[in-house]
Amino acid sequence: MKNSPSNDRRRFLLSIARGIGLSAMGALVWSAYVGEVKSAPLVLRPPGALAEDKFIKNCIKCGLCVEACPYDTLKLAKPGDNLPMGTPYFIPRTIPCYMCSDIPCVPVCPSGALSEPSVSSYINKTNAQLDINKARMGLAVIDRESCIATWGIQCDACYRACPLMGQAITIEFSKNERTGKHAFLIPNVHADICTGCGMCEHACVTKKAAIYVLPRALAMGEAGNHYIKGWDPKDEQRLDTVKKNVPHEFTKTKLSEKSALDSLNDEGGL
Amino acid sequence: MKHYKYLLMRRFSQIAILVLYIGANAWGWKILQGDLSASLLMGKVPLADPYAVVQIAVTGATLGIDIILGALIVTFFYGVIGGRAFCSWICPINMITDTAAWLRRKLKFSEVQKRFYMSRSLRYWILGLSLILSAVMGVAAFELISPVSMAHRGAIFGMGMGGGALVVIFLFDLLVHENGWCGYICPLGASYALIGKFSLIRIHHDANKCTDCRDCITVCPEKEVLHMVNRSSESVLMGECTNCGRCVDVCKEDALGFSIRSQLKQPKDEK
Repeated sequence: MKNSPSNDRRRFLLSIARGIGLSAMGALVWSAYVGEVKSAPLVLRPPGALAEDKFIKNCIKCGLCVEACPYDTLKLAKPGDNLPMGTPYFIPRTIPCYMCSDIPCVPVCPSGALSEPSVSSYINKTNAQLDINKARMGLAVIDRESCIATWGIQCDACYRACPLMGQAITIEFSKNERTGKHAFLIPNVHADICTGCGMCEHACVTKKAAIYVLPRALAMGEAGNHYIKGWDPKDEQRLDTVKKNVPHEFTKTKLSEKSALDSLNDEGGL
Repeated sequence: MKHYKYLLMRRFSQIAILVLYIGANAWGWKILQGDLSASLLMGKVPLADPYAVVQIAVTGATLGIDIILGALIVTFFYGVIGGRAFCSWICPINMITDTAAWLRRKLKFSEVQKRFYMSRSLRYWILGLSLILSAVMGVAAFELISPVSMAHRGAIFGMGMGGGALVVIFLFDLLVHENGWCGYICPLGASYALIGKFSLIRIHHDANKCTDCRDCITVCPEKEVLHMVNRSSESVLMGECTNCGRCVDVCKEDALGFSIRSQLKQPKDEK
């Protein structure tokens, strides 16, 4: 009875079920853990890094970028750092990126997680040259409440520290009405130029930095595609394509049937 | 001394490679840069762990040319050198698990402990599972938890809390299951077993010299591969053999030794 065909079949089915069950259990625990450790929105990556989700797919955690960095800026996330384990990152308040012109950390990356083209400019079509100013590691953000320059104390530490001084950070002068004879020197960050190197955060004199680098995805908003800058001829060109593609964007009302000028001049009943 | 020849050679190789990697990070040596996941040999030749590269590939990432080339070089190397030579000659975890296995033998744990059943093929299940998870989660799944990478990376770049994983493996091997990590769980070893299945350098067993003392079986971390001992003269062909050479070391009758596998004919003499 013990080895009857039906018992064999039962044992076979049971072993299959057990295999599937154990695999599913393992997969659930494992994937929960993996999902947990890969989500770290506040991490700053080396120059040339792909977007975070792509970066984390590509990075093979070899540490070659870390070894190439002459300033020991880059670190590999250790277990316990609460970052995706083994991936490179930096903390600008401790050591910022010093923006080497030859960007040694990027060409050594074997996996393509740090992409050379993203930090190269082209002199002509075939001749690419590394250009650290194209790096977008993050974006400097100012907490105006704790920035002492906004209090009227003269400080331009971040402005002076910025490797793109006068471009990524500019100083806005305005009159200090409280004293009547001093100026405010307010720093402003320009997102289209800031590389996120963190030299400003490193230089900031306040106890906890009043200017700090955040990942771009976190620091920046997005206006959406339907706002068009009418004063920017290039942006306004988008209207031509929109007209073709999305006719319903243009609502026809009784007023808008006429040209804008006519509708202004024609005061109707008034 | 003769009885520790390959063991000493292995320890030398494991430690030397680790020191070269550490030297690259600490003092800027250019011999072996990076870590076991991917590295640069002499500043030029790319090397990459084929298993890690496959995991990255299934996430749908566009691979860099260097790691593809590196993975091919490594695959070719172990395809020739043989078996899971990586596990016994390079992998730093091997020193921990060997210590645990040695302690187990000294303390005679295996004699008093009733072994619970674990399938040797578990590691292949984990290998498959890791690839599925990598594809689903969009991140190399085993690389995120691999104690092998963790230990090696930790030694080079700083350990953090990674030391805990090593203690877990040591205690598991010592108290729970003989050679539990390397022999049953590690999918990295499983990947090298697959690569090394057809390799050329093999342990050969000469049944005519064998006195059936079974010393080789006692020390072997993958006992199944020595199924021919005292039965027939043939080479160890299973990819699971790590080519560690411990069986050659302990065999007093010289019945075991390294040989080149003959692809054409498996020499077999009847007993």
